[in-house]
Amino acid sequence: MDCSLLRTLVSRYCAGEENWVDSRTIYVGHREPPPGTEAYIPQRFPDNRIVSSKYTFWNFVPKNLFEQFRRIANFYFLIIFLVQLIIDTPTSPVTSGLPLLFVITVTAIKQGYEDWLRHKADNAMNQCPVHFIQHGKLVRKQSRKLRTYYAVQDTKSFHNEQEIDALHATIECEQPQPDLYKFVGRINVYHDRNEPTARPLGSENLLLRGATLKNTEKIFGVAIYTGMETKMALNYQAKSQKRSAVEKSMNVFLIVYLCILISKALINTVLKYMWQSEPFRDEPWYNQKTEPERKRNVFLRAFTDFLAFMVLFNYIIPVSMYVTVEMQKFLGSYFLTWDEEMFDEDTGEGPLVNTSDLNEELGQIEYVFTDKTGTLTENNMEFVECCIEGHVYVPHVICNGQILHDCTGIDMIDSSPGASGKEREELFFRALCLCHTVQVKDDDSVDGLKKNHLSRRSCIYISSSPDEVALVEGIQRLGYTYLRLKDNFMEILNRENNIEKFELLEVLSFDSVRRRMSVIVKSSTGDIFLFCKGADSSIFPRVKEGKIDQIRSRVERNAVEGLRTLCVAYKKLTAEEYSNAQKLLQNAKLALQDREKKLAEVYEKIERDFILLGATAVEDRLQEKAADTIEALQKAGIKVWVLTGDKMETAAAACYACKLFRRNTQILELTTKKIEEQSLHDVLFDLSKTVLRHSGSLTRDTFSGLSTDMQDYGLIIDGAALSLIMKPRQDGSSGNYRELFLEICRNCSAVLCCRMAPLQKAQIVKLIKLSKEHPITLAIGDGANDVSMILEAHVGIGIIGKEGRQAARNSDYAIPKFKHLKKMLLVHGHFYYVRISELVQYFFYKNVCFIFPQFLYQFFCGFSQQTLYDTAYLTLYNISFTSLPILLYGLMEQHVSADTLKREPSLYRDIAKNALLRWRAFIYWTFLGVFDAVVFFFGAYFLFENTIVTSNGQMFGNWTFGTLVFTVLVFTVTLKLALDTHYWTWVNHFMIWGSLVFYIIFSLLWGGIIWPFLNYQRMYYVFMQMLSSGPAWLGIILLITVSLLPDVLKKVLCRQLWPTATERIQNASRHCREHISEFTPLACLKSPRYRSSDCSNSPARRSNSHSKKMMFTHWRGIDYSVLPSVFGYSNKHCRSSAGYRYSGSGLETSV
Amino acid sequence: QIDYTGTEPSSPCNKCLNVSWDSTPPCTCTINFTLEHSFESNVFMYYGLSNFYQNHRRYVKSRDDSQLNGDNSSLLNPSKECEPYRTNEDKPIAPCGAIANSMFNDTLELYRIENDTRTPITLIKKGIAWWTDKNVKFRNPTGDGNNLTALFQGTTKPINWPKPVYMLDSEPDNNGFINEDFIVWMRTAALPTFRKLYRLIERKNNLQPTLQAGKYSLDIAYNYPVHSFDGRKRMILSTISWMGGKNPFLGIAYITVGSICFFLGVVLLIIHHKYGNRNTSADIPN
Repeated sequence: MDCSLLRTLVSRYCAGEENWVDSRTIYVGHREPPPGTEAYIPQRFPDNRIVSSKYTFWNFVPKNLFEQFRRIANFYFLIIFLVQLIIDTPTSPVTSGLPLLFVITVTAIKQGYEDWLRHKADNAMNQCPVHFIQHGKLVRKQSRKLRTYYAVQDTKSFHNEQEIDALHATIECEQPQPDLYKFVGRINVYHDRNEPTARPLGSENLLLRGATLKNTEKIFGVAIYTGMETKMALNYQAKSQKRSAVEKSMNVFLIVYLCILISKALINTVLKYMWQSEPFRDEPWYNQKTEPERKRNVFLRAFTDFLAFMVLFNYIIPVSMYVTVEMQKFLGSYFLTWDEEMFDEDTGEGPLVNTSDLNEELGQIEYVFTDKTGTLTENNMEFVECCIEGHVYVPHVICNGQILHDCTGIDMIDSSPGASGKEREELFFRALCLCHTVQVKDDDSVDGLKKNHLSRRSCIYISSSPDEVALVEGIQRLGYTYLRLKDNFMEILNRENNIEKFELLEVLSFDSVRRRMSVIVKSSTGDIFLFCKGADSSIFPRVKEGKIDQIRSRVERNAVEGLRTLCVAYKKLTAEEYSNAQKLLQNAKLALQDREKKLAEVYEKIERDFILLGATAVEDRLQEKAADTIEALQKAGIKVWVLTGDKMETAAAACYACKLFRRNTQILELTTKKIEEQSLHDVLFDLSKTVLRHSGSLTRDTFSGLSTDMQDYGLIIDGAALSLIMKPRQDGSSGNYRELFLEICRNCSAVLCCRMAPLQKAQIVKLIKLSKEHPITLAIGDGANDVSMILEAHVGIGIIGKEGRQAARNSDYAIPKFKHLKKMLLVHGHFYYVRISELVQYFFYKNVCFIFPQFLYQFFCGFSQQTLYDTAYLTLYNISFTSLPILLYGLMEQHVSADTLKREPSLYRDIAKNALLRWRAFIYWTFLGVFDAVVFFFGAYFLFENTIVTSNGQMFGNWTFGTLVFTVLVFTVTLKLALDTHYWTWVNHFMIWGSLVFYIIFSLLWGGIIWPFLNYQRMYYVFMQMLSSGPAWLGIILLITVSLLPDVLKKVLCRQLWPTATERIQNASRHCREHISEFTPLACLKSPRYRSSDCSNSPARRSNSHSKKMMFTHWRGIDYSVLPSVFGYSNKHCRSSAGYRYSGSGLETSV
Repeated sequence: QIDYTGTEPSSPCNKCLNVSWDSTPPCTCTINFTLEHSFESNVFMYYGLSNFYQNHRRYVKSRDDSQLNGDNSSLLNPSKECEPYRTNEDKPIAPCGAIANSMFNDTLELYRIENDTRTPITLIKKGIAWWTDKNVKFRNPTGDGNNLTALFQGTTKPINWPKPVYMLDSEPDNNGFINEDFIVWMRTAALPTFRKLYRLIERKNNLQPTLQAGKYSLDIAYNYPVHSFDGRKRMILSTISWMGGKNPFLGIAYITVGSICFFLGVVLLIIHHKYGNRNTSADIPN
């Protein structure tokens, strides 16, 4: 940040039109261009203020409200609220206004806070000091007043400010665009009225906003883009919204409930008018209408009634669900960030959560697409060997990283190198020493990147590609040390400790399409060499002589071993050839349009007719526990695909190493080579036949998936074959191929796609994503080439790795190592999914329980929209009586312990395909809610009908009736959650019992006072009177028991008769605990039996002996079944799981 | 439990069936009945109405709690909720609203017939309303002096009432808004069929049951029309234990639920023994 030299800009274009031109021109130092250039109009570029915040102080309220009411749910509640204001409705507007206000406020506070953070960041950014040059002096200013941002690094020849100030130049460059890695520009330097000299500017000349200087203290530059036009700012734009499967099913459920709501209201309206057709019912003498009511049009009245019913029942769509879900996600994501196991000590980084919307999606993954380099592997290259014309050289490495200096050539193929061989060898080493873009850093105090204390001098090689570092270091071990680049001369220390100097003429930089790079150097003797290194496939076709066959066989052998291979070639250029090449290059580089294409053409022309020198092999070690992770994922029923740009053999070897393919995996190949032999059509059909023959008979086994005797298939496909499959064809049969291909892929347990271009990765992800089962996909990668696939997949995960942070920035989650994926999916994802699905279902359940009695009550109050509950209860039910326990459940629940989940990946299958939110589960919950509501209502009905329920003979009114129902409701709903909770902490206890206590205290208070300012006192002492009656107590307890009974019964039966894997594990772990508790006598008090019966029994404790007896019969029934009783079983499992743990830890230590 | 609606032609109250509110003198009828068993402890006398929607929304909200709480401004300016029973001839109604207006106004008297002599049974009219209602929630308007007539000056009686609110009872602590019959009526019932406490019959001494088995007669001043909406009127005599009145529902329900639980317990025990072993053998995949 200390570097930005600022020049204000002037352009020939007006602001409005500016977007229409392809390039902008910047005049360095305000200086007008020399006469002769076009006329210009002074123009304002935006100032350097960065605004990433959404709101300002003034527009926060209106803008935020507008944003919030764009959400369907909020809008719906707003409408309800307005309806309540307009027409005469049963509930006061407060009942829906208050929750809505609460929801809106909470969301607004959250968004406001986030925006405040952004403001703060912006301010910090905008106010940081900047130095710039004005008339030859350094001036400090706040960044916001800057007029430009980008600095062009082109200062080799300038030495002080005065000189800079004297620079007279214009810069032409493209309009601001968000691509970080592309920049095309040109600088024209005017020397005293001479023809301007033009020099090309590329992305290597560009400093991005926020960049820090590493190797130098200061740098001079010209600001090109400022403020919101900087590339970084253009990249701030929000990513496309991803929505999780849970959210989708939640919306579907909402629609279902909306239909239920509307039909309920309709039914009631129709019934009301049927019932009212007799005038003595419509208007009995004791209850007459007012004049205006009587005069109103029948249809208008009916419509108003319909709306009133809607309002009465609107609570069935839970107001607070959205807020709870959002809070659950937001707070829940912290659990991921806080996870210490996922913290990587080497890099000091923990997982990052970029979006919390997709938490539960992590529990639904069916396909994992992973990058190989840097993701599966460490991207920590080690030079293994090189092969020069068939002679293999292996640098010897002693374990501690100390390097022996004498190199030993191990002759593998040819015995005598011979004189020409010697010469070639040296050329090869020089080539490797020269052909790279590595920078040398002498100072070892630099943070980050790779540190190596090498033999004679401590120096650090820095490069964007770890391969290059590995090569240069490897060559150093073979005797040739690259010293530095000084004034365009590359210095090499050769074996005889002499320094050789080469002048660096051109660098033909690396790109992933060409897959090679070249340098043109001039040796001290005046010879001009072009050295080129690159992938074998891109080098071999361009070679005209050299021992191609020998080297090719060696390269292939290395590839099979999983080494990354590069070939090295050279050619000698004559001075004439060189000047030609240089001219071509210069032209191409100066082009503002299509620069890349032109450059590629030029490279194509220059890089040919090579003489092959040799090949290198670099090992990329697998990340720790990569194999373990992949195995676990596969056991969890997740299909793992590896997408890589590497050679097929290299990739396949890595796949075997990380157990993606096992020894018994039958490999199917769909590669270019095979397609050349037969037609694509035949290959595809052959493969599908092989695959389907087996899977047809073994479908059931595939589901259990664990039987190892089953034949599983691995598919290898390469980029070229893939593009053939994907290519749309005229006769429209491509869809057919695609289907066939998908069919094959579905039946393969693992797929390896090699030789993939970045875009093809995204294509594959898209293909699977849109296939007919719509599986949930996850893409994980670390490099810029994975970004497209990360953005494409449902969940994108970035590895905070060596190849920069681009992937991490574009991902939804970022983790430090691949192994963390296991815990992330199997543990966190599983938890998130279980939590949120329960949360969603429970929310609907509790509101069905809440509203359905109201619906039933309409049949007994003449369809008059009389509410059953008091206004305060209606309002607070969702906000305070039942909201916190479920939120806490949504945060804390661990139905199985995290260790077990990690140990038993197969548990992941239990929740696959949105299992907990299927229609069956949804209908079960809904019916449970309806059943409970019926129990509440008719229980209270029979209790109140024609009987006296007090000891002094006094009667209760309708509000007592409602309060009784409501009390049963709150207790049942809360205890139901308590029954579902498996993981009890003191917070859970506090919340669950606390909210019940809060309900009681609130009711006592609400009924205990004549509230001033209220125009009704209907609740006065209602609650206390109710509690003073014995039958009410008995009734409450009975009703709670009855309404919980079916759920308990269902749980017990399902657990006994059709246990899922999860439940078996739960049982087993309970056995274990109990087993252990036998040896610790005191612990048995804490055994789960006592706990479970204790907490569920607590309502009974308060009851009298009569009901207690009842409750005991009841609970005995449950305890019998829930309780583990067979000890042989538990012993066995304890031992086996302990054994497993033991072996597991053994494995860990040995790895 | 005696139904005295009088829909059947044979009923002595049949003649009063189409009575209207303001019929003076009130139509009276007498119903004789026999108690099979004597009532040992305190007896509670209820009136019951059916098909009467006290829980209708328009009805429930048609009251002004602050007026009933003795707020002087609300007394003269009742809440709009009371419409159309808010004002009569430009004078505010006290107590306003449909509930108050339709207050039950039959008078029931109980006689024991012994050797053709009718001995009246003392009916106590205090203690039938909630204590809190009587002492806190319902208050007469305050002002100088205790003359209720003066305090209710400027208001008019509800349309259907024969006399104003300050003439409900002769005793000053049971008159006006704190009249217990009125308070009981103002607590709206939850269901269209309901009963409300009318009078208490206290046990006089420990030697005699409160009501001996034998013949009784019920004298009714039939004022309250229910025939127009198909309603029924009943008089119920009941004793009460500490658990409240007779309540078959709770007993039946508890027995049912208890036996279901027991049955389920047995079934689940069997299942557990049978299938629990199966589970043991089923290996958990590691």
